[in-house]
Amino acid sequence: MSYSFRSSLVLLRFLALASVLVFSSSTPQKQLSVYSKAANYSVVVVERNNTDYLGLLELLEPLGTVTVQVNGEHAKFRYNDVEADFVAGRTRVRVHGSDLDLPSAFLLENSRGLVPISGLSALLPQILGSPITLNLSGRRLFVGDVAIHFTAVVMKTVPPKLVMNFGSPVNPMIATEPGKLEMTFTHDPVVAPGSQTLTFDSKAIPSATFEENNGMAKLLVTTTVPAMASFGNDGRTITITPAAPPAPPANMPPSVPSAGPTVPPPSVAGGEARSLASGTPRVFVVIDPAHGGDERGAALTDQLPEKNVTLAFARRLRTLFDLRGLSAWLTRDGDPTLSPDQRAVMSNASGAAIYIAVHATSEGNGVRLYTALMPSGGQNQGWFLDWETAQSSFEELSQIAAASVATGLESKKVPVRSLSAPLRPLNNLVMAAFAIEIGPETQDISQLSSPEYQLRLGEGVVSGVAEIRDQLEARRK
Amino acid sequence: MIPRQLMIAVTALGIMASGMSLYVWRMRGTVAQTAAITPNTQPVAPPAAGPTEQVTLYVAYDEGGMLRARPARIPLPNGRQERAEELLRALVGIYLGKSSPHVLGAGSEIRGVYLADPGLAVIDLNAAFANGHRSGVLVEELTLASLLATLSANIPAIARVKILVDGKERDSLAGHVDLTAFYDVSRVNQLVTQLTMEP
Repeated sequence: MSYSFRSSLVLLRFLALASVLVFSSSTPQKQLSVYSKAANYSVVVVERNNTDYLGLLELLEPLGTVTVQVNGEHAKFRYNDVEADFVAGRTRVRVHGSDLDLPSAFLLENSRGLVPISGLSALLPQILGSPITLNLSGRRLFVGDVAIHFTAVVMKTVPPKLVMNFGSPVNPMIATEPGKLEMTFTHDPVVAPGSQTLTFDSKAIPSATFEENNGMAKLLVTTTVPAMASFGNDGRTITITPAAPPAPPANMPPSVPSAGPTVPPPSVAGGEARSLASGTPRVFVVIDPAHGGDERGAALTDQLPEKNVTLAFARRLRTLFDLRGLSAWLTRDGDPTLSPDQRAVMSNASGAAIYIAVHATSEGNGVRLYTALMPSGGQNQGWFLDWETAQSSFEELSQIAAASVATGLESKKVPVRSLSAPLRPLNNLVMAAFAIEIGPETQDISQLSSPEYQLRLGEGVVSGVAEIRDQLEARRK
Repeated sequence: MIPRQLMIAVTALGIMASGMSLYVWRMRGTVAQTAAITPNTQPVAPPAAGPTEQVTLYVAYDEGGMLRARPARIPLPNGRQERAEELLRALVGIYLGKSSPHVLGAGSEIRGVYLADPGLAVIDLNAAFANGHRSGVLVEELTLASLLATLSANIPAIARVKILVDGKERDSLAGHVDLTAFYDVSRVNQLVTQLTMEP
């Protein structure tokens, strides 16, 4: 790898980060995070009549097969075999033959059914048929027994270190500033230990505080010395140690800052564009659910836009990658409108090893994998990579990745076809990149929303990527 | 007794009001006439007539998601640019036909093809073509590859192609395939090779 090429990448990342900062938005979108065995995801919360509401379809869709029929003021939701009847403006709901009352009225807005968050404790167990735990103040919802508990102990070594052991692999965003190290768990169902505040018998690391707010859990570790976090045991252990003294300047700057302020997301309509905090661990894979917001993609059925299927499948992929110990990150975890440029900027800034765009189609015959069909022209100018053809030097690796994923899918008996396509932002990415267009095996479009089918596809994709993990890591900057 | 100046002023105002009423009435008639004009869904140019020539059309088939080279005889004019337009209109005619293998939206039309040196072709589609196009990576890609492969197979020395919609740049055909780029014909031919192989 030549010096000038590395420099180009560094410069590209710097420009990407700068762009993200320029487009930054300061007001966080209200959200409810949902943790379940099927998927971890978040749903946008809206305020109506001073009450927090969310869309019931968005909430249920990642958990199972949902259909909605709206007829005037009546909305009938069907989740698997359970029917729930709502009437706009009324609090009384009929679920599976029984009546229950919501604390606030059900609302219908453009055929979108909204339920008050405070009513989920009563409503969801009836619909899902399983217990839930709702943390209303922190806006976190746990479906079934999915919570991750942890212990924290300061080891009196020299220097002392704080060792936290989690019940399952976790992937928090980490940011440091003088006097504290903050870990933000956005899609890990980490729950508080016995007490919200932990105190340690250590001058260097005297305490830690656990907070839950707006669908996120934060662990704030107070330190008297600069500290850094490292991961072990496949993401189950996080160790915080005093940082080593600064190293002498090297010839090359680091490609991704190792610590620093959280990078804010680009300003987007609809909220929930995602961004990565700088710090460890770096994500391995960026998953980009295509479309979103005003841009609905193909109308797979009258009621099912492509953007919903892509998000549901992307969330499932994230869970499967996480289970495989490969940290995954979504460009959107809600319904914002993102341009191809914004997607490329965020993905390049992540420093991930591979990018996967998710599309969906009603055309049958399985899955199609696409690598970039590069446009004409494109000459790099010194350190500057041509934006339109930034993918050029990764074309071969992208094709290797797509071929490996095709093998993974074929092992799951899924029909696959590999093609190139002029599909943005594949050509703007400086990492292995491909798009997957999922379609039903036959003409049965409902298969696209089937958790079993999505799981089969997801396992094929993840096994294909995991197979070439070393190759991808080797090219990662 | 009414002052003379007041009478003159009232008379002048009356004449102005009458004039403005007449003007508004005439304008209303013009607007009504404009609104009455129905959208033109006819081809922008009449089909060429005269002796026919053997050409190769790359036809998209949704069944199987493939491109197939199909020989055809169509009347072609002498000018290189006009020949390019007629070729693509013949191709679109197949897609708009009753037994279309790759259905396009009603009213889809090639507005024009412009050949610029060196080796650049600009295909201008009408808005109905893009607005009525089905959305999906493969279905959009088949349309693009079909147009470009047909053009480059029959009009020599075309190296790059740009697609416009109603004379303007558009982000994508129907939400997927990029229309902001200039397409390199040699690269598109690699795609055509992929699309002509049985999946």
